[in-house]
Amino acid sequence: MTTQVTIAVRNVVKAFGAGDAAVRALDDVSLDIRKGEFFTLLGPSGCGKTTLLRLIAGFEMPTEGQILLDGTDISALPPNKRPVNTVFQSYALFPHLTVAQNIGFGLQMQGRPAAEVDATTKRMLALVKLDALATRKTSQLSGGQQQRVALARALAPQPKVLLLDEPLSALDLKLRKEMQIELKRLQTETGITFVFVTHDQEEALTMSDRIGVMSHGKLQQTGTPREIYTTPVNRFVASFIGETNFLPGTTVPGGVRIGSGAVVETATSRPGDVTVAIRPEQVRIVAASDPGAIPATITNLVYFGTDTHFHLALADGTEVVSRLQSGTDEARLTPGTAVGLRFAPGAAQVLED
Amino acid sequence: MADRSFEVARLPGFATIAITAFVILYLPIITLVAFSFNAGKSVAVWEGFSLHWYADAWANDDVKSATVRSLIIAVSASAIATTVATMAALGTTRRRQFKGQTFIYVAINQPLMVPEIVTAVALLIFFGIVKTWTGYQGLGYLIAAHAAFCTPFAYLPIRARLEGMDLSLETAAADLYATPWQAFRRVTLPLLAPGIMAGAMLAFVISLDDVVITEFVKSGGQDTLPTYMLGQMRRAISPEVNAISTGLLALTVILLTAFFLLTRKKD
Ligand SMILES: Nc1ncnc2c1ncn2[C@@H]1O[C@H](COP(=O)(O)OP(=O)(O)O)[C@@H](O)[C@H]1O
Ligand SMILES: [Mg+2]
Repeated sequence: MTTQVTIAVRNVVKAFGAGDAAVRALDDVSLDIRKGEFFTLLGPSGCGKTTLLRLIAGFEMPTEGQILLDGTDISALPPNKRPVNTVFQSYALFPHLTVAQNIGFGLQMQGRPAAEVDATTKRMLALVKLDALATRKTSQLSGGQQQRVALARALAPQPKVLLLDEPLSALDLKLRKEMQIELKRLQTETGITFVFVTHDQEEALTMSDRIGVMSHGKLQQTGTPREIYTTPVNRFVASFIGETNFLPGTTVPGGVRIGSGAVVETATSRPGDVTVAIRPEQVRIVAASDPGAIPATITNLVYFGTDTHFHLALADGTEVVSRLQSGTDEARLTPGTAVGLRFAPGAAQVLED
Repeated sequence: MADRSFEVARLPGFATIAITAFVILYLPIITLVAFSFNAGKSVAVWEGFSLHWYADAWANDDVKSATVRSLIIAVSASAIATTVATMAALGTTRRRQFKGQTFIYVAINQPLMVPEIVTAVALLIFFGIVKTWTGYQGLGYLIAAHAAFCTPFAYLPIRARLEGMDLSLETAAADLYATPWQAFRRVTLPLLAPGIMAGAMLAFVISLDDVVITEFVKSGGQDTLPTYMLGQMRRAISPEVNAISTGLLALTVILLTAFFLLTRKKD
């Protein structure tokens, strides 16, 4: 069953310090992580991602709320009693042990027989392609290799959940891309539930089955990468993931009247003053004479290789960006040209704010 | 001039001062070692090479018993001091700051700051009271006194090692199903071992060469090697003392070399 919940976070609050100086690192977070999925916690630095992982691992106790694993409350269990393993941001490999001893450590502590420890260690070494380095000390490895040892060490005891705290942030771009593919492969091959932390929205979009977007200790939205990107619930999510045009306006029948007087058709609505979000690639430039198009003037044009960004101003001065494939209309669309704008059907989102 | 940064070594007279310092430090020691091999009775006039002062020292029962006593005290005291220092270092670095931490730190290091003669007199009086109470006259007093003043020497390298240690390693051990004891036994202790060894050796050397406190605390017939030598020097200076000193020097040099090898920064 793919919808079985492995980790359930229930109204968790984590406060550091006491009284006026207290920091609410997590503020009433509730979340279900499903069995076998690649779940990503995405948010800016300091939003509480590490704190949530540490609570799931058992390094911290929640101030309020519960954490369930397969339906059982584990909030009070120490880390060594939880079938959950962590890949630390700093790797935290044991410097006095070899690569193989590092990988076998968890199994040994679980009291598995020596033969099983050896066999599993061998399998893990093969899985992360480090067979040749089994007897090396970890200090003799490159960053990418240390990363693999950390992964193998955490996977070896076959935890129910693997927690990864920004595991790729210390790697250079090329290695990071390789490891992204590698991580996806490991997750598919082992079938273990991955909870992955990153502040990189692109990494989150490309790797995850589902994403939880966090900000200021609160979970803002949970959904598939596509849902998060196409239907962000609020301004924070819309601006943190990808680029977005924000158009303030007022709800009218059938849509939202924006500042320039034009009415934007929206799928959902809410009464009163609202903000409409529209992705630049959903904004099309048409002829000024096109009936129903929103009048605009091109102010600037930025070339990005495959794409070109057109900066436009509406009648009231509101700025809108449109992203088009390069090489089509640049000759015609020069700064100062009066044009019309059309939004792709269903693309304009009304935000909660 | 490309490089105008300040370097002590470029000051005028630096070489002269450095060489003078080394000569003052090492010339007496070299002389002492040299005359331990003198054939004659003099510690000032060279009369040819001989090992007979070593043979004399070896055959001297007082030297033998003083050596054994010194070693018993140094081994026991450094073992106690190292254990106490390890626990103290774990207690002062492995947890969040607590009230009285500075006080404990100062208390542990007190023997480094209080003049040794003051401690010696205090111990003499205190142990005198204990002796009349309990009637016990053994080596325990010397071992206790040595353990006390050796503890800060053992503490410093252990604490330095602990402070340089990554706390997340213990977290990782706990994450990988190690109980707190297993995490200590399998991760903390092996990583701490070079610091503990270094601390033990330093404590051993410090105990081995102590004179002041030992002289005050010892009962009759409890001479250690250094207090025995002091007693000999009061009568007549003989190359036998040079021979014993050279032996002690050799032992110390071996231990201190091991200490530096152990505390040397590995990558
Ligand atoms: N042990 C702690 N003591 C006090 N404040 C903490 C502690 N750990 C985290 N915080 C605070 O909680 C907030 C969230 O931190 P963290 O979970 O590390 O964020 P992230 O991993 O998303 O960057 C930050 O404001 C941080 O300063
Ligand atoms: Mg973090």
